[in-house]
Amino acid sequence: MGATGIIFRREFNAYVRAPIGYIVGAVVLFLDGLLFFGYILGADAQMLSGYVLSEFFYFASGMTTIAAVVLSLRLIAEERQTGTQLLLDTSPVRDREIVLGKFLAALAFLSALNAATIYMPLLIMVNGKITIGQIVAGYVGLTLIGGAVLAIGIFGSALSRSQLVAAVVTSVITSMFYLFWQISEAVEYPLSSFFSALAIHQRHFPGFQQGIYHLRDIVYYLSLTWFFLYLATRTMEAKRWE
Amino acid sequence: MVELSDVTKYYGPKRALGPVSFEIEKGDAVGILGLNGVGKTTLLRILACGLRPSSGSVSIDGHDVLDNPHEVRKRVGYLPEVPPVYGDMTVRDYLAFVGRLKGMTAGAVAERMPVVEECTRIAEVRDMPARHLSQGYRQRVGVAQAIIHEPDLLIMDEPTHDLDPVQIVEMRAMIRALKDSHTILISSHILPEISQTCDRLLILDDGRIVASGSETELEARLFVSRRIRVTVRPGEKGVAAAHARIAGTSGVKKVEKIGADDGIAEEPGSATFRVEGESDVRAEVCRALVEGGHDVITLTRAERQLERVFVGLVAGGSN
Repeated sequence: MGATGIIFRREFNAYVRAPIGYIVGAVVLFLDGLLFFGYILGADAQMLSGYVLSEFFYFASGMTTIAAVVLSLRLIAEERQTGTQLLLDTSPVRDREIVLGKFLAALAFLSALNAATIYMPLLIMVNGKITIGQIVAGYVGLTLIGGAVLAIGIFGSALSRSQLVAAVVTSVITSMFYLFWQISEAVEYPLSSFFSALAIHQRHFPGFQQGIYHLRDIVYYLSLTWFFLYLATRTMEAKRWE
Repeated sequence: MVELSDVTKYYGPKRALGPVSFEIEKGDAVGILGLNGVGKTTLLRILACGLRPSSGSVSIDGHDVLDNPHEVRKRVGYLPEVPPVYGDMTVRDYLAFVGRLKGMTAGAVAERMPVVEECTRIAEVRDMPARHLSQGYRQRVGVAQAIIHEPDLLIMDEPTHDLDPVQIVEMRAMIRALKDSHTILISSHILPEISQTCDRLLILDDGRIVASGSETELEARLFVSRRIRVTVRPGEKGVAAAHARIAGTSGVKKVEKIGADDGIAEEPGSATFRVEGESDVRAEVCRALVEGGHDVITLTRAERQLERVFVGLVAGGSN
């Protein structure tokens, strides 16, 4: 197991051992369940099952985004706050291994949370006409958007030893990517195309909601993730010797 | 083993360290002594590859810290002032994590673990989450994480920080035991911590090394044994005669009688003098007193000498 795997294991176990993992998990699952039963099951019985599934993934993506922001805050800022970053800094481990190990641990935990909602789409499948493929596509979308927001969060967390600062930076950047869609509607072409292409949700997530894979959406999320993990790594490198 | 050449560290325009140059041979135990804020931690963090020097070169076991930091990190164990312990992990899991992080295989960690637990005496807390450890145990776990990968160089920043007197004694004993298997570099602002555990001292002031050597060498070099305290039984010739005898001894600059006000518990019929000479005048004073018919009860150097070196140096003088 390389350094990435060693750090992944520590970080994933930290989520399981610490209250933050349980709190985020409980809140996300409670709100997902509440929205599902309150909004979808309580709504017009004539809704198509495909539409119901799409709605489920729509609000699940919102919950995933919020959970990703919260889960990412501690990843690096807490290490600096408690002094354990010094252990990583003086160990023969590359910064990209640290960032990747932490990212994958957070993504695995977030994915486990999302997986715990599987009973909701299965209920839709039992009572409607949707396929496993549509459900899988939705969860792939949740993983991709969650990964992108986690990457933004790791970058925010790498900037400061304060988790509050990390929260503000991450929230601002994530909100900005959500608001690009509204901005694209308010400006003229070609700026509108530029901003809509960057919109993290309304442009790139609906395909997954409907069980459709678009290469451009997958490339977008992976690029966004890579870009912010790269920024986080460079930030770590710059701060490692300070 | 360790070579520093003209190393400096600036934070913006402020010089925190240097220029500093020194070498440490393999197997040496070296103490860095200095008041708070003189650059001790900066120096240690540069050696541990946690801080980039502004200029100069640092190499450990032939590896330059900037050109080959990972090779240096494999060879160095570092205990910062606050041990870098994850509170959510048990001591055993934490040490296994650190061992793997330092490049050890799982098998090597399992083999090394009992040795480290024995050496640092943490076996009884091995399954306890680190957040529940007392300060003494936290510090021991800090030492354990620094030696888990059997580093050539062990760097400890204020290892007795925040420990009670019993824990301090235990920590010093642990450091003395580690001297057999590691090259050791310790920093402290507390003199006994350094003088009782290290063979060689580097005294740091304002980011620069103002003196280096063994305790004896430093004392000799800085003429600190020129102050002595002598207690005599003057006999029938009286205290004044003993005083005059000492004052008349070649090399003696100043004599003063001291007593209860100076914290001296005098025996009845005895008198104690503080003597300052141009050099070490213990032999001459003793001979003069005996020849003058006075009984010499005790004759010691007036103060703990290394303390005087330290205070003298950092106060800008040499005693």
